[in-house]
Order: sequence, then structure tokens, then C-alpha cells
Amino acid sequence: MSGTPEAVVKKFPHWIEKMSEAIVGEEDGVWIVKPNALRAVAKYLKEKKGYDFLANVAGVDNLLHPNRKEVDRFEVVYHFYSTERGGDYIAIKARANAENPVLPSLVPIFPTADFQEREIWDLYGIKFTGHPNLRRILLWDGFFGHPMRKDYHEAYYEEEHRPYNSRYPEGHYVSQEDRTPWKNNLVFPNAFDPEHWQAPEIYYEVGQDFKNIEKLKTDRIVVNIGPQHPSTHGVLRMIVGLEGETVTGLELELGYLHRNHEKIGERNTYLMNIPFTDRLDYITSMTNNFGYVLAVEKLMPKVVVPERAEYLRVIMAELTRAMNHLFAIGFLLNDMGAFYTPSLYAIEERELILDLFEMASGSRMMCNYMRFGGVAHDVDENWVKLAIELVHNRLPRALDEMEALLTTNEIMLARTKNVGYLSPKDAIAYGTSGPVLRGSGVPYDIRKAEPYSIYDRFDFDLITEEGGDVYARYMMRIREARESVRILKQALRDLPGGPVMGKPLPYMVKIPANEAYTHIEAPKGELGFYIVSDGTPNPYRYHVRAPSFVNLNSLATMAVGHKIADAIIILGSIDIVLGEVDR
Amino acid sequence: MFGSGILKGLGVTLKHITTSYLDDVKSIPTRYAGGNTIIRQPMNEEGLFTIQYPEERRVLPERFRYVPMLIYDAETGKDRCTACGICAKVCPAQCIWIVRDQNPDGKPIPESREFYVDIATCMGCGLCAEFCPFDSIKMNHDYELSTFKRYPDLVYDKEMLSVPTTYYAQLYPQAWAEEQERARQKAEAKQKRAEAAAARAKAKEAAAKKAAQIKAAAQKQSSTDV
Ligand code: SF4
Ligand code: SF4
Repeated sequence: MSGTPEAVVKKFPHWIEKMSEAIVGEEDGVWIVKPNALRAVAKYLKEKKGYDFLANVAGVDNLLHPNRKEVDRFEVVYHFYSTERGGDYIAIKARANAENPVLPSLVPIFPTADFQEREIWDLYGIKFTGHPNLRRILLWDGFFGHPMRKDYHEAYYEEEHRPYNSRYPEGHYVSQEDRTPWKNNLVFPNAFDPEHWQAPEIYYEVGQDFKNIEKLKTDRIVVNIGPQHPSTHGVLRMIVGLEGETVTGLELELGYLHRNHEKIGERNTYLMNIPFTDRLDYITSMTNNFGYVLAVEKLMPKVVVPERAEYLRVIMAELTRAMNHLFAIGFLLNDMGAFYTPSLYAIEERELILDLFEMASGSRMMCNYMRFGGVAHDVDENWVKLAIELVHNRLPRALDEMEALLTTNEIMLARTKNVGYLSPKDAIAYGTSGPVLRGSGVPYDIRKAEPYSIYDRFDFDLITEEGGDVYARYMMRIREARESVRILKQALRDLPGGPVMGKPLPYMVKIPANEAYTHIEAPKGELGFYIVSDGTPNPYRYHVRAPSFVNLNSLATMAVGHKIADAIIILGSIDIVLGEVDR
Repeated sequence: MFGSGILKGLGVTLKHITTSYLDDVKSIPTRYAGGNTIIRQPMNEEGLFTIQYPEERRVLPERFRYVPMLIYDAETGKDRCTACGICAKVCPAQCIWIVRDQNPDGKPIPESREFYVDIATCMGCGLCAEFCPFDSIKMNHDYELSTFKRYPDLVYDKEMLSVPTTYYAQLYPQAWAEEQERARQKAEAKQKRAEAAAARAKAKEAAAKKAAQIKAAAQKQSSTDV
């Protein structure tokens, strides 16, 4: 046990004997692991301790770390959960030096690390040895630099943190384009020569192994779907290898909607990030707000949320879930070729829910409703009356109608049964969450596994479907929306009076130096926020674990072996929103 | 029976066709004539859910937010804004620019000389309105802002932003009533305090008088004693 810090020994007495060689320290409750022992520790956590769900992988640049001299420049943090036991996470981190940042890849143990490690390589420039396909993922392959590094300045960079000094008290307006003329905001590689520059090779072999698929006597061709294909749910590009009509391999090109949400988040103050989270998954802005304020409140030990606000948060979140699931089903129909008319049936109720959101928050989609320590506005009696009417009459009726339209519909069955099968083991390994994970029969719902807010007060069932195919994920959404209605009925019945905000917080809150990962069950899956605070009004590190993004890890496995038209439906059954995938 | 599921589904579609058709013929000759019809969509709406903008429009709830407006007092013409700069500091898009005014000696005074909102970058979040301590910046409901030029048409200056309190009262009846109520309470409390102070002053005066009398009497007493 020599060399292991006291705090670690105290916190994990049983583990230490096995792991003492690997652990070199502890920081804010996170083990610091030697890079060469990283895989061993991960394997140990997975196989011996049941931490089988690698929820989050995030890079951090320690350039401005208070002990910069002693710590290496880069680190990668891993958050593990157990799908069986539920409960809190175990976090480990490994560090890499500034000159040659390399860490071992965890893809062989946790395939879900695939996209997340690629994202870290893209944005931080940390290499992962043993990664099967370490390419940039969000940015263009020819991009120069790694934008999440603390010393990287984006185009139109003005100051390190907001608020900017030029706005007040001498705020003579200058347009951004005049302030930073073109060319002053570009970085070029050393000795860059535009004449002889060659665009990088970005067309590649579609990578999956298709040995098991019966060979047809057709040519193998590669078809590019998107980024403008109407069924890709936004600007997503799929590159599909085909033999005849059978998919033999599938690669994704992401990032067409990339805005570097996290970099913006680190420039912002904590409060300013709330409206930005609306723009992640723009269908479900309420739950994004919810996840973010919970994450920040976790770091603010003194904040107390009033009862009424807790109920309002849950009501908004469950309305969002019901609406999102109807929306997902509607657009799954679109993907199946039932163009637009039935999907509009699915979103009629959404109109009314959005009306309610607009009455409460002022906006239909970009709600910006929740605040640290409560919600922004109260709702009146009329609002509650309308919500009760909606929840008791309209939503159940809409779900019944959807079921009448689809559940036993022979075309639906033919198109979705046994299509896109994902085994429970794979579902966990690929880090899927939400309806995709539970549609494969894994009973893991964060509202049950680690109840946040006041979810432990409501009586609702954890829904799973055993099928693991597109039909199971469809049923999952219908049944889960019914559970949301159940929660809503209880919450609207019990909604207490009182204030919706505790002591009003100043517009610039300082948060004690600490770090935490907080996750909630968003309609699309596990939405997590990893926040590192350094005691200033701006987050030092702000990372979003987007459910759509991580769920896409499993797409290739599900689609290979099916017809190309099925690949579109499988994508639809994951239910992605590109605002969140590309961030 | 094979096909029963499809028939059931077709039943749903038929129901939708009939309800939306019935909804449409209700407003014969046509729903879309006249222009600028406000459509209220009640919670028991059946049938047509689409709204034919711009002939038809939605009712906007009071809290609806689009871009900010600056309020000045309709009677006195004085800005409510004190140029405290909070809105510029809280704005996530950093699109508010304020120049604080100065008096002739160069001392800053609580008034703004210039006030810009670059509404092309404003994200309509409403944080400025929420955090302004003087209820001076509020969210306007006007959402038809398109112009041909980004500069300078979409950089609103003080003149473009300013609206009188009467406009605000009309847009935000509930908030306005609450604000009046708060002002009334404040005035009342102030008056009460003033009255109390006056009463206290009076009492003090009376007490002093009395004390003086007693003192004088005592002096008199002592002088007669001598
Ligand atoms: S916060 Fe209100 S009073 Fe202060 S500068 Fe902005 S508009 Fe004026
Ligand atoms: S609404 Fe939001 S983005 Fe727009 S000016 Fe106000 S604070 Fe800034």
C-alpha cells in the first residue's frame, strides 16, 4: 500500500491492495492512475467490481492548473457506473505530458470509448494507442490545431472570459468583423504554403468486418448518404458499404453542426450557459436546462431548491419526455416512408405542450427556464388547469391513437421486427442509454438507479423491452411516455404552493473549486455534464456527455447485415438530434 | 386476421381527415381571408393544427420574448435605465453595448448616452430583462424584424430600442399591474415611515418641552428654596 495517498486508502479500503501499484494519487474524489495501468484498472472495475458502464470520457487541459509545475498538461477523466447496482460513479483519471500526449485506448474493453476518444483527439490532441480508427470526428480532417486547448484562440477571439470589458461603460459599438479583421484570426501551420498544400485524404475504406455476411455475386460499392438526405435527421453523413442492397459496413461523418459548445461554455459564466444548453438537443431544451442546473447545484453546497420549483422541474422534464417520444415515433414513420402526414399526427400534442412552455418560460423551444436554486418564472392556476387537462385527456388519447395506428400494423411489424438487433451486452458495451439501452432489456434508468431531484417520490415503473430491435425501441417509447403521464398526474396533483426561487443569486456566481459529473435521464438517454470549477465565475472545464452522440457508437453494429432502407430506420430508432451530436 | 392492423391504422387516418375537414368548413367561405387573423388554439383543439402565417397569427402569451426594448416614462420622458451595466454583463451573447453618460465635470451619472443591442447576435434569452434591477429593459413581442442590411439595420440604437411605459403596460398587463402594486406598496411604506418619523419627532419635541418645563420648575423650586 506504500505510496497510496491516505484519502484513497480511506475511501476504497478493499480495492487498494489490488490496485496500489496503479494509483498515484487522488484529487476531488477521483483516482489518478498511471497511464500504463489504465487498462488494467478499467478491466478490474468492469470485471471484478461490476462497473460495466463507461458513461463519460472527457479531456482536460491543465495549462492553468494551480499546481501546473507538478501536474502533466493533459488529463483524461473516465466515469464508470454500474448498470446492475445503480448508485454513484467511480472516476479515474490519467495524465499525459504536453510534448507527446499519449494514453492507452480503452476501446478494447469499453467499445463506447470509440467516439469519445476520437473527440478528445480532435479537440485536445491526445493520442490513444490501440484505438482502431483514431481520426478527427467533429472537425474537418484538414483542421490545424486542437481548439479545446486553453491556449487556442478561436476566430473573433476577444477575451479569455465573458463579460467582455469593451461593452461597458464605454460600449461604443464595433462589429466583430471590424474588430478582428479577416486573417488576424487565423492560425497557420509553420511554413504553410498554400500553393503546394494538399487536402488530406478523407475518403476511406468503410471499416467494419463483414466476414460473416453471405457473399453475394455483386460488386461492393460505397454509397454516401447525407449530409442533406432527408432521413438523416439533420446534417449527418453516413458512408455505407453495400453488396447488393445489404449493408456491409457503415461509417459516420459528424460535425456539420459543430459549434464547439464546450469552448463557448468555458468562456461563459455559469449563468450564461443555461440558454446555450437549450441549443444542444433543441427538441428537449427543458431537460438540458435541468441537467445543467443540477450539475452546477451539485457544486454549490448551500443552494436549496424550493419544493414548488422541484415539482415544476419534474413536470417540465416529463412533458418534454412525452413530447420527445411522440416526436421520435413520428419521425421513425417518416423514415419508413410514411411521409409527413402521420408524423404530424404524432406532434399535434407537442404544439399544446409547447404552448404551455411558452406561457411559462416565454419561448417554445429555447426555454431557458431553470436557474440555479429554482426556476425562472412561476406558473399560474390557469396554466396548471391546462396542464391537467392535457395530461389527463389529451396525452393518453394521443398515445392510444399512435398505438392504434402502429402497434399491430402489419407494415410496421414487417419493417421493424428483428431489424437492428442490439444484444443487452452490446448495448452496455457501446454505452447506449435511454430507450435504446432499455429496449435491449437492460433495466437501467437513472431516475431509478440514482434518483435525482424528487423522482424518488413518484410511483412509476421502469420500462424495459426484451426485443432489442427497432420495434422494441418503438414500444419502449410508447410505454415510457405512458409512465411520464403517470408521473405528471402525480406531480400536478401534489404541486405545492410557495416560491419558485430561493434566495436570488447574483448574476455572477462563484463556485468553490471542485469537480463533478452529474447525469440525468434525458428523453434520449444519459445526459451528463462534467464541470470543473476553479473558484472563478467561469467554469474551468465544461463537458457535455450527449446521449445521441454516444448512442451512435452502436449504429454500425446494428445496421450491418440489413438492407440499406433498414439502416435508415435503425438510425431513426436511435432518435438523434444533431444539435447534440455535434455540439 | 392479417391486415386488421392496417385497417385500424387507416381508421385513425380517416378520423383525422374528417376532423380537420370539419374544422376547415366551419369558417366558410375561407379561414384565410382578411389577413392578420389571430388564431387561438385552445386545449381542446381538434382538427387543424397548422396556422397559415402571415394571414393568421398566434396569440402571444405575456412572457413571450423576442428581442429587448428599453422603457422610458411616458409622462416625464425620462429613461428608466440608470446605465448600471448589469444587462451588458449578464448577456450571454455579449450583444449589449452601453456608454454611460457624464456630467460636464466628467463624473459618471446614472444615465446612458448610447445604448446598442446587436439583435443579429441576440439569442432572445431574456436574461437582461430578468436581471435588470430597474425594470428598464424588457422583451419586446415584435418578431417581424427582417431588413436588407445586417449593418447597421440590425444594430438597434437607443432610439430604436426605446418604448414608452404605455406600450409596456399594454404588452405586459400582468407584470405592469404587479409593478404598479409594488410601487404603490413602496410609496405607502415610505409615507408610513415619514408619518412615523413625524410622529416620533413630535413626541420627541413634546418630551423635550416637558423636560424643559420640569427643569424650569425644578429651578424655580430650588430658587425659591434659596
Ligand atoms: S440593467 Fe437595466 S438599468 Fe442597468 S444598464 Fe441595463 S437596462 Fe439600464
Ligand atoms: S435577450 Fe439575452 S442575448 Fe438578447 S440582449 Fe438580452 S441577455 Fe443579451
